[in-house]
Amino acid sequence: MADREVRPATAGPRTHVRVSQAAEGRRPAFEGTSIAPRIVVVGAGPAGVRAAQTLLEAGIRPVVIDEAARAGGQIYRRQPANFRRSHEALYGTEAARAQAVHDGFDAIAAAVDYRPDTLVWNIADGQVWTASEKGYATLAYDALILCTGATDRLMPVKGWHYAGAYSLGAAQVALKAQACAIGANVVFMGSGPLLYLVASQYVKAGAKVAAVLDTSPFSNRLRAAVDLIAQPGILADGVALTRALAKAGVPVLTGVTPLEITGDGDDGVNGVRVRLGNGTERHFTADAVAMGYHLRPETQLADLARCEFAFDAKTRQWLPKRDQDGRASVAGVYLAGDGARILGARSAEVSGRLAAFAALADLGQKLDPLTLTHLRGQVASYARFARGLATAFPWPHEQAASLPDEVIVCRCEAVTAGDLRRVVNETGAKEANRAKAFSRVGMGRCQGRYCGHAGAEVIAACANIPVEQVGRLRGQAPVKPLPVAIAPEGEE
Amino acid sequence: MPNPVSVSDVLIIGGGLMGTSAALFLRQRGRSVTLLESDLVGRQASGTNFGNVRRQGRPLHQLPLANRAIAIWRRANELLGADVEYLQSGHIRVCYRERPENIAKMEEYATEARHLGLDLELLTGNALRTRFPFFGPDVLAGSYSALDGHANPRLTAPAFARAAQKAGAQVFENTRIIHAAKQGTDFVVTAEDGRTFQAPVLLITAGAWGNKLSQQFGEPVPLTPRGPNMSVTEPVPYAIAPAVGVMTPVEEETVYFRQVARGNIILGGSTRGPSYPDQYRAYVLPQNTMKQLRQIRRLAPALANLNIIRVWTGIEGYLPDSLPVMGPSATTSGLFYAFGFSGSGFQIGPGVGETIAELIDTGTTPIDLSHYDIARFRTAES
Repeated sequence: MADREVRPATAGPRTHVRVSQAAEGRRPAFEGTSIAPRIVVVGAGPAGVRAAQTLLEAGIRPVVIDEAARAGGQIYRRQPANFRRSHEALYGTEAARAQAVHDGFDAIAAAVDYRPDTLVWNIADGQVWTASEKGYATLAYDALILCTGATDRLMPVKGWHYAGAYSLGAAQVALKAQACAIGANVVFMGSGPLLYLVASQYVKAGAKVAAVLDTSPFSNRLRAAVDLIAQPGILADGVALTRALAKAGVPVLTGVTPLEITGDGDDGVNGVRVRLGNGTERHFTADAVAMGYHLRPETQLADLARCEFAFDAKTRQWLPKRDQDGRASVAGVYLAGDGARILGARSAEVSGRLAAFAALADLGQKLDPLTLTHLRGQVASYARFARGLATAFPWPHEQAASLPDEVIVCRCEAVTAGDLRRVVNETGAKEANRAKAFSRVGMGRCQGRYCGHAGAEVIAACANIPVEQVGRLRGQAPVKPLPVAIAPEGEE
Repeated sequence: MPNPVSVSDVLIIGGGLMGTSAALFLRQRGRSVTLLESDLVGRQASGTNFGNVRRQGRPLHQLPLANRAIAIWRRANELLGADVEYLQSGHIRVCYRERPENIAKMEEYATEARHLGLDLELLTGNALRTRFPFFGPDVLAGSYSALDGHANPRLTAPAFARAAQKAGAQVFENTRIIHAAKQGTDFVVTAEDGRTFQAPVLLITAGAWGNKLSQQFGEPVPLTPRGPNMSVTEPVPYAIAPAVGVMTPVEEETVYFRQVARGNIILGGSTRGPSYPDQYRAYVLPQNTMKQLRQIRRLAPALANLNIIRVWTGIEGYLPDSLPVMGPSATTSGLFYAFGFSGSGFQIGPGVGETIAELIDTGTTPIDLSHYDIARFRTAES
C-alpha cells in the first residue's frame, strides 16, 4: 500500500507529513515520530461505539464525543445511572444487543478520550468545534467518523403543535430514559417499524394505547416481503410485535389518512381524527399522540464538513454521498450508522466498524480483505431489508399536497402551509433555501430538521415540480442552539 | 452574432438592492429596462447583511443620499406592495470608556449632521442607562438617532425586483454575464450560455463581481470580497427598539444588534470572513462567531442569557476607502456603475437606485457623486 499524505494531530499550524507504511500489528504513526493520527468519532450509539472499539483494537486511541451523558445512542439509550430497570424491561427483543453495545463501550471508556455531554456544533478547516458546560473548544482531526444517528421523520397534521403531540422518538425516550409515558391514553400515528415497537413498549409499560394508526396500507407489506426476507429475524420480531398489540386489544389500523389532532391551545390534545382505508371518518379519544414516519438521518455535520449530497428517490430525501465503507466526498470524513443511511441499529454496528477500517486504511494500515468483504456483505443485506421497510412503510409525501392552508408546517416559526404556498405563488420561490428566506420555514431553532422534508413536499406540490428540484436546506452552524455566554474552556 | 434576447433602453447587470431599485425607478421614468442577475436577486450582500437602516456614522458628504433613501424606506411597503419589515425604531451608536475621545467626535459629528438634516441626541451616564438599561459598564456614551431603524434584507431586494417586474422591467435570473462591450452606439453583453442582451445604456451593479465587468472597460478597481459575520438568537419578547452599534477603530469591537418584531435578536459584526465570488460561496468562520459573542456580551451583558440558533454570511465587495464606485464611467459613454458598497450599502440602496435612475434619465443629479468616481482608482498605466 502506498504511503499517503495526512496531517498530524498536533495543535497549532498543521504541516503535511507522511504516515509510515504500517507493518502488520504495528500501530500507525506519522513517519519518524511516535505521534499517532487523531481520529475523532462523533456519536456514541451503536455505530460510534463499534468504530471506537475497532480503532482501539488497531492501536489508536480515538476521541469519542457524544451529546448524551451516557453512551448507547438513541435506540439503546440508557436510563440515568441511578435507575435500576433491567435491559429486558427496557429494550425487549433488543436487550442482548443493547447490553453488548453498552458493555462494549464500558470496557473501552477509560482507554478512549471520551467526552460525554459535549456537542459538536461546527466543523471548519480540519477541526471540530465543541460546546459543553465547560465552554467551547476546538480539536483538530486527521480523520473524522460521523455517527450522528437519526431523528423522527415527521409529516405535519392539523393540531400537531398542541401540547401532548410528540414524535415517536420522544415518546420512546420518555419511557426509556425517564420511565414516563407521554400520556395515559396514547394514539400512535404514522408509519414504520418504530410505530409498532414504541406502541408495544407502551403496552408493556402499562400505558393504555388507544390505537395504532398506520398510513401505509397493508398491501405495501406484501409487496415489500421480497426485500424484508433479507433479515428474517428482524422480520419475525416485527410480526410478533403486531401480534402482541392485537392480543392486548389495541386497534391496529392500516391505510389511514390523518386529518386532525383535536384539542386546543390551553388543554392540549384530546384526540385524533382520521379517515380510514374504507373512506369513513373516525375519532379516537386520547390525551397524547406519538407521531413518526420512520427516521431521517442527522446530516448537519456532514453538511458543515462540506460533504456532497445526493437525492435518494426511494425515500425522497437528500443523503450525504459515501462509498461502500463510509468514505464521504471530503477526504478524511467518514459516515456510519443511521446518520448516513437509515439501515437500523444492527447495521450501524457493522457500518461503524467499516468506517473505522476505512479511516485506518486511508492512514496506511493494512487490513484483512476477508473481514471487509464479510462486513460489506452484512451491510448490503441490511440495505435490502431497509429497502423493504421503505416499500412497506413509505413516507406519505402526497399528504403534504392536501394539507389545509391553516396547518402549521414549521412549528419553530409558526408558518402555515398557506403562508408557504403564498410565498411560492407570489414570489416564484421554488428552491428550498429561497422559500425559507421568504417564508421562514426552516429558519427556527430546529433549522428545518422537523419541517424540512414536509416543507419541500408542500413547495413541490404547489409549484408542480419534482421534490428533488426543490433541493435541500443548507445546514448552518450551530448544529444545536449555542449560548451567547459561551467562553473558551478553562476561562472564567 | 445571434439575435439579442432583449433590446432595451437600459441594461442592468446585478440584481442586488442597487440594481433592482434602479430598475424600478427607471421604469417609473418610462425607460425600458432589462435586469440580469447571475444567481437569484438579492441573494448576496443585499440579502445577507445586518439590515441597518442607519444614517448616522456615514461620511457627512453621504448624508444627502442617505436622506433621499430614508424617504423611500418610509414608503417602501406601499411602493413595493410587500412588507420589508422596515421599523423606524431608532439607532444608537455607542463608544467605550477606554476611548473617551470618541465623545468629542460624536459631538462634532452631531453638530455637522444637524445642518444636513440628521438630528442626533448625545446621551451619557444616567440618561443613557435609564433609557437603554441593557448596556454594559464599558459603554460610556451614545449617539441616538430617532429616525433611523432597520429592515429585513432577505425580503427587500427581491421585493424591489418584483415591483420592477410588475412595472414592466424584464428580469433574468441565473444569467451569468461573461462578456460586455460597446459596439457602435450600443452595449452588447453575453451570458455564459451564449444569450446576448443589448442596450445603449449599461449599468453595472454587480457588487463583489463589479470589477470583473469594469475592467472590461479599462477600469479595474481594487475590490476585495469579504463576508459579513451574522448570528441570530431564538425569539424573545420584543423589548429592544433601536438598532445598536459600537463606534470604535478596532474591527473586532465593531459589533451591532437589533431585535426584529418577531423577537429574534440579530447579531452582526466583529471580524469579517472570507468569501469566494467565483464559487458563489462564503463561510462563517467559527472563531469569528466566538469573537462576536464575546464583544456582544461586553456591549449588552443580558444577551448572554440567550442562545444563537443560526449563523450566516454572504459575498460583499470592499474598496480600500470603504466608499463605493457610483456614477458614470470615466472611459465609456453610456456606462454607469454602482458597486463596491463595502458593507454599508443597505440603507442608502434605494437612494442609490433613485439617484442613478435620475442620472441616466436626465443626465444630472443634485446628489454629489464626486467621492465615488471610479477614476480615483486609475493607475498610471491605465
